[in-house]
This record gives sequence, C-alpha cells and structure tokens, in this order.
Amino acid sequence: MFRRLPDRQGDLVTFTFDGTPLTALMGDTVAAALLAAGVTRFRTTPVSGAERGPYCMMGVCFECLVSINGRGNRQACLTTVEEGMQVETQHGAATYSTEISA
Amino acid sequence: MSVHPVSAVSDLEEIYDLLVVGAGPAGLSAATAAAECGLSVLLCDDNGSPGGQIYRGITEASAATKSRLGKDYAAGEGIVTRFLASSASYAARASVWSIAPHEPETGEASGLEAGVSLAGAARLIRARRAILATGALERPFPIPGWTLPGVMTAGSAQIAMKTAGLVPSGRTVIAGTGPLLYLLASQLIGAGASVIAVIDTTPNGNKRRALAHAIDFVRSAYGLKGARLLAQVHRHVRVIRNVTALEAAGNGGLSEVVVTHRGGTERLPTDLLLLHQGIVPNLNLSLASGCASGWNERQATFTPTVDEWCQTSMPDIGIAGDAGGIIGAEGSALHGTLAGLAAAWRLGRLSERERDERAAPVRAILRSALRGRPFIDELFRPSDDFRIPANPETIVCRCEEVTAGAIRATMPLGVRGPNQMKAYLRCGMGPCQGRLCGLTVTEIIAQERGVAPGEVGYYNVRTPIKPVTLKELAALPQSDSAIKAVAGIVEKPVSANHPQSHV
Amino acid sequence: MTDRDVLVVGGGLLGASIAWGLARLGLRVVVLDEGDTAFRAARANFGLVWVQGKGLGKLEYSNWTQASAALWPSLSDELKRETGIDPGFSQPGGFSIRLTELELQRGVDAMNTLQGQPNIARYPYEILNHRETKARLPAIGPTVAGSIYSPLDGHANPLRLYRAFHAALHKMGAAYLPDHRVERISHQDGAFTVEGPWGTMSAGRIVLAAGIGNTRLAPMVGLNVPLVPSRGQIIVTEKTMPFLHHPVGNIRQVDEGGVIIGESKEATMDHHRPRTPVTAVLADRAMRMFPIIGELNVVRIWAAFRIITPDGFPIYEQSRTCRGAFAVACHSGVTLAANHAFTIAGHIAQGEIPASLSTFSSERFDVSAAA
Ligand SMILES: Cc1cc2nc3c(=O)[nH]c(=O)nc-3n(C[C@H](O)[C@H](O)[C@H](O)COP(=O)(O)OP(=O)(O)OC[C@H]3O[C@@H](n4cnc5c(N)ncnc54)[C@H](O)[C@@H]3O)c2cc1C
Ligand SMILES: Cc1cc2nc3c(=O)[nH]c(=O)nc-3n(C[C@H](O)[C@H](O)[C@H](O)COP(=O)(O)OP(=O)(O)OC[C@H]3O[C@@H](n4cnc5c(N)ncnc54)[C@H](O)[C@@H]3O)c2cc1C
Ligand code: FES
Repeated sequence: MFRRLPDRQGDLVTFTFDGTPLTALMGDTVAAALLAAGVTRFRTTPVSGAERGPYCMMGVCFECLVSINGRGNRQACLTTVEEGMQVETQHGAATYSTEISA
Repeated sequence: MSVHPVSAVSDLEEIYDLLVVGAGPAGLSAATAAAECGLSVLLCDDNGSPGGQIYRGITEASAATKSRLGKDYAAGEGIVTRFLASSASYAARASVWSIAPHEPETGEASGLEAGVSLAGAARLIRARRAILATGALERPFPIPGWTLPGVMTAGSAQIAMKTAGLVPSGRTVIAGTGPLLYLLASQLIGAGASVIAVIDTTPNGNKRRALAHAIDFVRSAYGLKGARLLAQVHRHVRVIRNVTALEAAGNGGLSEVVVTHRGGTERLPTDLLLLHQGIVPNLNLSLASGCASGWNERQATFTPTVDEWCQTSMPDIGIAGDAGGIIGAEGSALHGTLAGLAAAWRLGRLSERERDERAAPVRAILRSALRGRPFIDELFRPSDDFRIPANPETIVCRCEEVTAGAIRATMPLGVRGPNQMKAYLRCGMGPCQGRLCGLTVTEIIAQERGVAPGEVGYYNVRTPIKPVTLKELAALPQSDSAIKAVAGIVEKPVSANHPQSHV
Repeated sequence: MTDRDVLVVGGGLLGASIAWGLARLGLRVVVLDEGDTAFRAARANFGLVWVQGKGLGKLEYSNWTQASAALWPSLSDELKRETGIDPGFSQPGGFSIRLTELELQRGVDAMNTLQGQPNIARYPYEILNHRETKARLPAIGPTVAGSIYSPLDGHANPLRLYRAFHAALHKMGAAYLPDHRVERISHQDGAFTVEGPWGTMSAGRIVLAAGIGNTRLAPMVGLNVPLVPSRGQIIVTEKTMPFLHHPVGNIRQVDEGGVIIGESKEATMDHHRPRTPVTAVLADRAMRMFPIIGELNVVRIWAAFRIITPDGFPIYEQSRTCRGAFAVACHSGVTLAANHAFTIAGHIAQGEIPASLSTFSSERFDVSAAA
C-alpha cells in the first residue's frame, strides 16, 4: 500500500511484528514502518472486535494502537521504532504482561 | 544565542514567563517574538522536531524532499532557523496535557500551572502566561466504511511522505474537498503515487456564494497557487465531480470505493482511500483550559473567542494560528508573532507604543495574507451530506463505535446537547476524546432539533487532553491536605515522605 | 385541573428514578430539568451499590441501604425488560482495601462500632489480611495491608442506569422537559406552580429532586434541604483486559473495560477543575493497590459535587405547610435507586412519607429541635 521513495535512505533497524522480523529505517515511527512493510491492520476494537489501522498519523485518532514490548495501547504513529522492538497486533482492550507491573 | 533544548522533565525550570504549546509556524513565531523581547519562554511540542503540520520534518529534510514538497514547505526553514537562534527553551516530544490557573495551597494564586509529559515522566510547571498554538486537525469525514483499515486521511499520507519518504503504491483514491486537497494530491502524484482518481466532493452551490469574495481571492496568493495545482492534478488523473454519496466498502479492510455522482454509481476497486474535507481548529486544550468559544458558520466549526491581540476569555491564555480558527500557514506565522508581542506587552516587557509599532507591519502583511480566506472558506465548505451523516449505519464516534442512527434514536429522551448524548451513548468518551466525533455529534443534534450548532454547544472537554499514564500522575507532588482528602488521615507527612520537587 | 398529577423538579438520578416509580403506579408525571451542561451528579458518579461501612450513627440508614441492595435485582430486571438497556448491575461482594495496618485497624473499628449498634440488621463481613486478600484479588500490590469484604456490595453501570430510567420514563409516556430550570415555586389553592424563563406549569403535587439545587427551592414550599460542600474527584483510564472482578471502595473496573478511581472528599464547591495533588494521591494509592494499572493511560479526570447533608444521611421529607410537596436528597443515589423507584415513589403516590422514615426528615437539622 505504501512504498519507500528511492532517495530516502538511512541506517536499518530490525524489529518484529507478531513475531515476524521486519526492517525499518532509523527514525521511522512504528506506524510508518508497518505501513512500509505492507501491514494495514493494527488492532481490533474492544467494542465490536472490528479491525482498524492508522487513520491520522498525527496522534489524534488512536486507531494505530499496538502492543509494544508487552505494553498495550501504544500509539504506533507517535512511537519511534527501536532495534529489537517487539510489536504486536492489539486484540481488543490493552493487555500488559505482568512483569511490568512491578 | 541558541535555544536551550529540554530532553527530560527534570531539566524544566519551576516557572517561565511564557509557555508556548505547539511548534508549528504560529508557536515558533510566538516563542521567537517573545524571547526576543526578553521573556523566558518554554516551547513544548509533541513531535520530535520543530515545524508543526506544514513544516513537519523540515530540519531533517533532504534536498529531494524539499523540492518534492515545493517552495511553501522550504519557506519553513527561515521560521525554524530564527527560533533555533532564540533564547527560548525547547522541549521536543513533550506533550502538554493540562493548563489551569495555578492554585497554591497557601499564598497567592497567580499565573498558570501546566502538566507536561516528556520521555515517560510528567511534571507540573508554572507559567505567567501561555500561548496555545496547537494547530488544526483534519475535519471528521463520517462516511460508511471510514473506519476500515486502508482508509486514511490525506494529511496522514503527507505525514508519511514528509517523515518517512513513503508514498502510496497500490490503487489510491483521494476524496473530499478543501484547499489542501489539491495540494496533497499534487504532492503525492508528483512523488509518483499511483492515484487512480480524485473524487471532488465540493458542493456546486458553494461557487455562487464564494464568488462574492472572488476579487479578493484573485488578488491573493492563493488564487494563483490554487489554479496551478488544479491544472496539475487534472493533467494526470481522473477527477470525479458532482458527488452525492461516497462509501468505503470491504470486509475487514478496504476493497472498493463506491461513489455516486451525476452519471450514476461506480464501484472503484481501491487499496487506499485518502479522505480530506478541510481542517478545523484543534480545540481540546483551549476548551479544557476553559477558553470560551463560539460557532463559526463559515468554517462550520467552533472557534475560540480571541481578540485582536490573540487574547482568550481566560486572563492568562492567548491562542495563535490555526488553533484559533483556520488562517493557513503564512497567516499562522504572522498571528504567532502578534501573540508573542502581546505576551511581552502584558508582562511589561513592551510598552503599548512599542507593541503597536512592532505589530503594525506584521498586521499589514497578515491582512493581505488573509485576503483570500473568505473565498476559500465559502468555496470549500463541505456539504451537509458529508458532515452530518444521514445513513444510520455510519459510525460517528470511532472509539466507542456509536452510529448516526443511535444518536438520532436517542434524541427523543430529551437530549439537548452532546454532553447528555455522551452520558447516554458514550460517544466522545474514548481515547480520542471527541476529536473525531465532536463536531459531527453537535451537528446531528442541531439538525434534529432544528437549531444552530452554536445553540447546541460542544463536549465538556476534560484533562488530560494528551495521553498520560496513571504512573506518571502518581509521581506528581502530593500534599498533606490532598492525602487527607483521599485517605482520611495523614500517616507520614509529605515533607518527610514525598519530595515536593523532581530534582 | 390539569392533565398532570406530579411535577418532579430535577431529572438526575433521584428525579428520574422517582418519576419512573410514580409513572409505574399510573401517575401522570412531568419532569423539569436543566440543560445539557448543567451539573448532574447522575453523570459524574462512581457506580457503587455499596452497603459496608454505612450507617454509623444512624442504624436506620444501614437497614435502608441493605433494603435497597436487596431490591436492586428486581430493579435491574425490570429496567432491562422495559427498555432493553442493561444497567450493568452485579453483586459479587466488595472489598475495602487498606494500604496500612493503621488504615485496616480504623476500618475494623468502624465496622465493630457499626454492627454493635442495637437493632441493626447485622450482615456478614470478613476482615482479610494481605495473604487472604491476595487469594481473592490476585492483582493486589505487595504493600496492601489487608481488606474488609462484604458479600452484599455490588456495582452498576451508572450511565446505563441513568439512561435506562429515562428510557423507561419515556416509554411510560411521562413528559421530560429539559431546559426547564425552575426559578420559583408558589403554592395556592392546593396547586403548585413552577416558573422559569420558559413559562409556568402547575400540578397538585411536587417533588423536589434538584440535587444541589434543592437547597434554594425547598423553602419556597416550606421544606428545608441543608447540604454541605463536598467535592469528589474521579480518574478514568482507557480500557484494559479484565483484572478486577469485584468492586473495591475506591477502584472499579467498569464492564466496558476502563478503570475508574476515586475516593477524595474536599469540603469545597469552589470549582470543577481537578486538583493535581489530589489526582496524584488518588493515582498513587490506586497503583499501590493494583500496580498493573500504572501503565494505563488516563482518559479523563473530573471533579463533581456530592449532594450531601450535614450528617451524611438522606433527606426524605414532606411539607407541613404545603401539603403535597416533597423533597428528596441523598448522596448514594445509585445504591438507593431501587428504594427510590419502588418504596419512596410508592409513599409519594400515597401522599405520605410514613413515620417509619421520619428519621430521614430534615427536621433533625432544625436549630430549635437541637436546642
Ligand atoms: C495533516 C495536516 C497537513 C497539513 N499540511 C499542510 C500543507 O502541506 N500546507 C499548508 O499550507 N498547510 C497545511 N496544513 C494546514 C496547517 O495546519 C496550517 O496551515 C499550519 O501548519 C498551521 O500552523 P500552526 O502553527 O497554527 O499549527 P501546526 O502547524 O498544526 O502546529 C501545531 C503543533 O502543535 C503540536 N501540539 C498540538 N497539541 C499539543 C499539545 N497538547 N502538546 C504538545 N504539542 C501539541 C502539534 O503536534 C503540532 O506540531 C496541514 C494541516 C494538517 C492537519
Ligand atoms: C464523585 C461522586 C461519586 C459518587 N459515587 C456514588 C456511588 O458510587 N454510589 C452511589 O450510590 N452514589 C454515588 N454518588 C452519588 C450519586 O451520584 C447521587 O446521589 C445522585 O446522582 C444524586 O441524584 P440527584 O438526582 O439528587 O442529583 P443530580 O444527579 O445532580 O440531579 C439533579 C438534577 O436537578 C437538576 N436541577 C437542579 N436545579 C434545578 C432547577 N432549579 N430546576 C430544574 N432542574 C434542576 C439538575 O440539572 C440535575 O439534572 C456519587 C456522587 C459523586 C459526586
Ligand atoms: S494514526 Fe491516528 S493516532 Fe496514530
């Protein structure tokens, strides 16, 4: 759905989405990196389970929510990708892995 | 001199003369003008680099990006450079989630208290005044299927291009109206996006009303630019006009756009639909801080009430740029300068005469910059069909999945405005805090009641207007009286237990 | 005289529940309410149906509260049946979590005194230490001292309850008139006439259920509703996975998934803006109780005013000088909703609040009576 312009270059960063390794350009937001990798479905809603993907890319719509390193409800369009980041589809309401609770 | 970068809340001072929120043309200009008058200024913006919407990513942009985005984009460099040379403090990636009158438990109240979050930590700072330069949002575009993955705003595609060099690659349809629609279309086409159609939803009737302002428009910079963009888009793609209905269809994701126009209904197999019907002020911070606003019929939105010196109804708060009503990038920068001068005057750094002298040339350019506005507002005012959904299935509140039909069906319970509707249906209660449904809900209620939207009003917006975690709030300073108010008793006085400041 | 029997002033939780109760009994009811931005505790409350700890100093209040909790299942069923709206009621038993040994001891002492009152209807409760609490609420934090549990406590979805009352009222054909703020009330020849910028309206009976507005209206018909300032602040988070299946006195996970936090009391009604030190204490204590919620984004914070009398107990009162005028005011309008819809509405329909409820008359606040 999106492709990277050829003049856009930079260092590569590796992250995973639902366990699959993907590469991004350093400085990409998680949302841009996923769109570049062809991912458009980021989450399902807590109300009806409908699928959603990013809508505004500027932090206002909260449609791009994903789980990042075990923390749910992260706005992918406002989060910069980091090496080794584990990104996952968010199913319904946010979940948190329990280790974080300490 | 150069700006003082702030990268953690612990680097923030206790108090500033002026807090500016937003690093678009308005906020940058306001901060620069105020700092140049000697005020201590903190500018907070939630992006990683200055520029706001129009100049997003400008400090990192390559020559190729600049040429792709055109002269207007490159013009941002001057504004950013001047700001970076000022004495202001600049907190990037810092969001301001509340602004309220400062209320000390003892001693005299004065100025404001703002909640700022940066790098996962929150902090309360004080400011004698604030200027809200929070810019604009794309107007909600509630059509059937607008929540499907694969439907995005045209502005979002521009952001992806500016910040990540991404361009749409599948079959792309751009739909809507507004002065930016053709700009975004031509930028995307210029970058090689595979746009198969532009669906122009501008209502025909607008032309007549707009004509009354046509002379001003032709004399303004917009006139020329607009005509050039239109021609460019027309040369490259099919433009569908006289549109009466638009729908995004697909199962779990977009597969086609269904458009009804004078020639009938067409189904266009589509991978990406980019919607845009103009922009409206980003109201949440000004409303949550108590600034009065009113319905602006020509822009079909609420706009904060501000005087010629950008002063709101709240004594210590000013508003500059698109946040106060859409005036465009050039207008926003000039407006920001006026707001900065006004702040310096109110804080005693400029006399009234100095203020007026410095403001006079700025006002003159602002007047000519705004000359084409009424024409644009009239010409591109989106039609009722696309603002006030008639189809009962159309989702209005995306977060809580509340449809237009549910809203209309609840009216007979005696609902007069959006706050009672929110209590009944949860519309506006989700994480976007009504940004994508507020205007629509108000306008549906107004239509059902047969009154003007101004009479219906808007949501009561609550803080925090930007995400802040419970953990961040829990780390803010406590006080004995607050502990007593919650726990009933104070077991260990705060002074011994909770450090009052972060340092 | 007219086609209406009763005017109910105020369409919040009390007004709506009593109006519905009256309409159910066949009375023709008109509800007069303020507009969209009015202060309405019905839209701002915490949603507990709470029994434990209530009634210290007035055992009748404990019994009254227990009676309402017992009636709640029928209220919930009837509203659901009539309107299709589920008020989200459940009664899984509730916990008061205590963070320190001193807090726990204070709670235990209060329960002992409460249940030691003669003639009180005793109800079961348990005092649980950290380990016992953890066994039932696995998400609690390591520093929680313990808790008090009572099986009678429950909760509801206060906004759906409020909508269900209005939907049921509408279905009964009762008139609900928003933007009809009552400025003045007069009483002549057995009829009450209410008046506002919108006009006037009369009926033979009137119920004042105007929340904090009652204090001003009551003397116009020979009633007295003294209230004291009390501000409560509430924090709501984004939706998260279900982790808390019981109501806790100050934290609940609502059925939609969000977490709602609030237990502050400030003796002021100065403004509606949240106070940040109070927000900080609320957040800090909530996180010590359930550390997992620290990561949640807060969606909104608000402050609201309680409708609370000087001794904290309800007022149900009829006018001696203007027969047919009633006033109702209480803090726990969700808990007591079933009593209001069924019992109080029944008494008002009969035209008399019985002697058994005279303990809730506001005469208890009369200076002369006290002297
Ligand atoms: C998506 C989009 C794309 C646009 N593209 C163009 C374009 O290409 N050309 C053009 O002429 N006009 C464009 N516009 C119009 C543009 O908004 C204005 O003309 C101009 O940018 C307005 O300047 P401003 O300074 O008022 O606000 P903005 O430039 O919008 O700047 C506001 C800034 O404040 C930040 N902010 C908002 N709230 C907070 C908060 N609470 N805490 C911290 N930071 C906050 C925002 O992230 C943003 O960086 C676009 C608008 C949108 C919405
Ligand atoms: C923070 C907080 C938490 C709470 N938590 C709980 C809880 O967990 N459990 C529980 O049981 N209870 C709780 N409550 C209490 C409960 O919300 C109230 O008891 C209940 O809402 C009171 O209902 P009311 O109808 O008297 O007042 P309101 O709901 O405030 O309604 C009063 C109505 O009267 C109208 N009105 C006022 N003046 C006039 C006038 N002159 N003319 C016409 N109309 C008028 C107002 O517009 C309003 O609609 C809580 C309250 C607060 C503030
Ligand atoms: S895409 Fe809208 S918030 Fe991220």
